[in-house]
Amino acid sequence: MSMGMVQDEKYRNNQKRKDGFISLFIGIFAFVWIFPILWTVFTSLRPYNDVISYGIFSWPRHINFNNYINAVKEMHIGIYLTNSLIVTIPSVILTLFFGSLIAFVVTRYQFKFNLWLLLLFTAGNMLPIVLTYIPVFWMFLWVGDLFGNRNMLYNNYAGLILVHVGFQVGFATFVLSSYMKTIPKEISESAKIDGANVFRHYWNVILPLLRPALAALSVLMSTWIYNEFFWALVLMSDDSKRPITSALRRLQGQYVTDFNLLAAGAIIAASPTVILFFVLRKQFIAGLTLGSTKG
Amino acid sequence: MKTTVTIPKNRNRRSLSKTDRFTLSAFVGIPSLLQIILLWVPAVVTVILSFTYWDGINIKDIHWAGIQNYKNIFINNPIFYQALKNNGIWLAFFLLIATPLGVLLAYQIDRGIKGHAIYESIYYLPVVLSLAVIGIIWNFMFQPGGFVQGIMGRDLAHALSIWGNPQINTWVILGVASWRHIGYIMLLYLSGLKSVDPALKEAAAIDGATEWQIFRKIILPTMQPVNIIILVITLIESLRAFDLVYIIYGSPTVFPLLNLLVFQNFAGQGISMKGAAYAVILLLLCIIPIITYLRIVFKEDLK
Repeated sequence: MSMGMVQDEKYRNNQKRKDGFISLFIGIFAFVWIFPILWTVFTSLRPYNDVISYGIFSWPRHINFNNYINAVKEMHIGIYLTNSLIVTIPSVILTLFFGSLIAFVVTRYQFKFNLWLLLLFTAGNMLPIVLTYIPVFWMFLWVGDLFGNRNMLYNNYAGLILVHVGFQVGFATFVLSSYMKTIPKEISESAKIDGANVFRHYWNVILPLLRPALAALSVLMSTWIYNEFFWALVLMSDDSKRPITSALRRLQGQYVTDFNLLAAGAIIAASPTVILFFVLRKQFIAGLTLGSTKG
Repeated sequence: MKTTVTIPKNRNRRSLSKTDRFTLSAFVGIPSLLQIILLWVPAVVTVILSFTYWDGINIKDIHWAGIQNYKNIFINNPIFYQALKNNGIWLAFFLLIATPLGVLLAYQIDRGIKGHAIYESIYYLPVVLSLAVIGIIWNFMFQPGGFVQGIMGRDLAHALSIWGNPQINTWVILGVASWRHIGYIMLLYLSGLKSVDPALKEAAAIDGATEWQIFRKIILPTMQPVNIIILVITLIESLRAFDLVYIIYGSPTVFPLLNLLVFQNFAGQGISMKGAAYAVILLLLCIIPIITYLRIVFKEDLK
C-alpha cells in the first residue's frame, strides 16, 4: 500500500516536471508566434527617420502615434474602414437571416427536398471560389446594363454584399440547422397547435431560441467577411469604395518605403477583428464548435 | 447533437394554409435563388467556358474550343506541373507537420498546462488577421531592412533576397502559411477535445499510462470524426492555397500554385479560357475531399 503511494507520488512528480517542460516549450513558441505582430506594433509606433538614422534594432528615440495620425490623413484609412463596415454589417445580417430561414424550414418541416436543400447550401460553401469569378463579374455588368446603370452591382457596395451573402450563407445554414436540431420539436408542435402561422412560428418562437448560435456565428462571419479582399479587387473598380483589406494591398505598393506608416495602417486594419476576438472570444470559439468546420 | 424525431410524413403539408405555403416558399426560395444564381450557375458556366475560346470582352466572340484549353495546360506547359508539385509539397507539409502540430498543441492546451488560456489566444491570433495584414507583417520580417535581415547583420545595401530565393522561399512560405493553419487546427481540435469524457483520461493516467499512450490509445480513437474532418480541411486548404502567395508576389511566376494560375489567367490577359480550365482541374481535385466531408456531416440524414 505505502509502496504504491510512493510510486504514485513519484509518477506525479515526474509528470509535473514534464508538464513544466512542455509548458515552457509551448510558451517559447508562443512568443515566436506573437513576435511578428508585436514587431509590427513596435514599428508602427516609431518614426521612419528613427529607423533610418539609428537602425532597426536601435532603442527608439521617439515613440508616438504620428504614424497612425498620418495613416488616417494620407492613406485615408478612415474611408476604407467605413467601406468595410458598410459591406460587412449588412452582409452578416443578411447571411444570418437567410441561413436561419433555410435551417428553420429544413428542421421544422418534413419536406422531401430538405436534404437536397441542405446539400445545395453546404456543398456550395465548399466550392473553390475562383470557379465563379468570371461569370459573376459578367453577370453583374449584364444586370447593370439591363437596368441602364452599369454600376448597379458592379463597383457598388450592393454587389459586394450580395456575393458575400451568397458565399457565406451555406456555412450559416449548416451551423444553424445542426443547432436547431437540438431545439425540441415539441416547441414547434405547440406553436402549430396554438395556431401560429409560419412567419410567427419562425419570428416569435424559433428566432429567440437561436440567439446564442446567431451571436456566435455573427462574430465568426464578421471576421471572415471583413478579412476577405479578393472579391473587392475583382468587383470594385473605384479605389475609394474598396474595403480596408483590399485597399491595404494597393497601399503596400504605394508606401513600400515607409514601413512604419504601413505598419500603422496594417495595425488599424487588423484591430477590429482582433478586438472582436478578444472581447467576444467565447462566441467566436462557440461559432467554430457549432460548425466544427469551415471548408 | 443530432436528434431525429419522426413526424408522420405529409402531416404538416396538409395542415398548411395558403399564406403559410406562400411564406414557406419565400423562406426557401429567396436564399436558394441567391445561392443558385451566385454560385451554382457561375460554377457550371465556368465549366462550359473551359471548353471555349473567349477574350472575355464580347459575348459574341465566344468560340468552341473542344479540349484545346486542357491540351494547352497539360502539354508543353511546365508551370502547370510546377504548380502541381508546389501544391503537393504544400499538402505534404500541412499533413505531416502543420496539422499534427496543431493537434498536439490542442491536446496539451486541453490538459490545462500552465498558461494554457494565454497560449490558446496567442496561437489563435493569426487566424483572425486578414491575409492582407499577414502579408505586410511578414514582409516586415523578411524584406531588406526587416527584422530577419537585421539579425543576420544585413543592412539595406547587403540584403539577402529571401522571397526571391528558390532554395528557401518554399520553406518561408510554408512557415508563414503554417503560422495561420496551426492555430486554426488547434482551435477546431480543442473544441472537439472538450467533449471527450475527462474520466476516461484520468482513469488511464491512474493506470500509469504515459501521456503519449493516452493520446494515441484514447484521444485519437475517440476523436475519429473530428480527425477526418481536420484531414479533409487540410486537404482542401492545401489544394486551393494561394492568397498568401498572391499577396507576397502578385503573380504565379516565382511560386506557382494551381489557384494562382486560375487567377492569373482570369485577370485580363486571357486570350483563351485557360483560366477556366485551370479552375475545373482544381474543382476535380477538390471533389473527393468535398464528397468525403459531406458524407461524414450528413451521415445520419442520408440514412
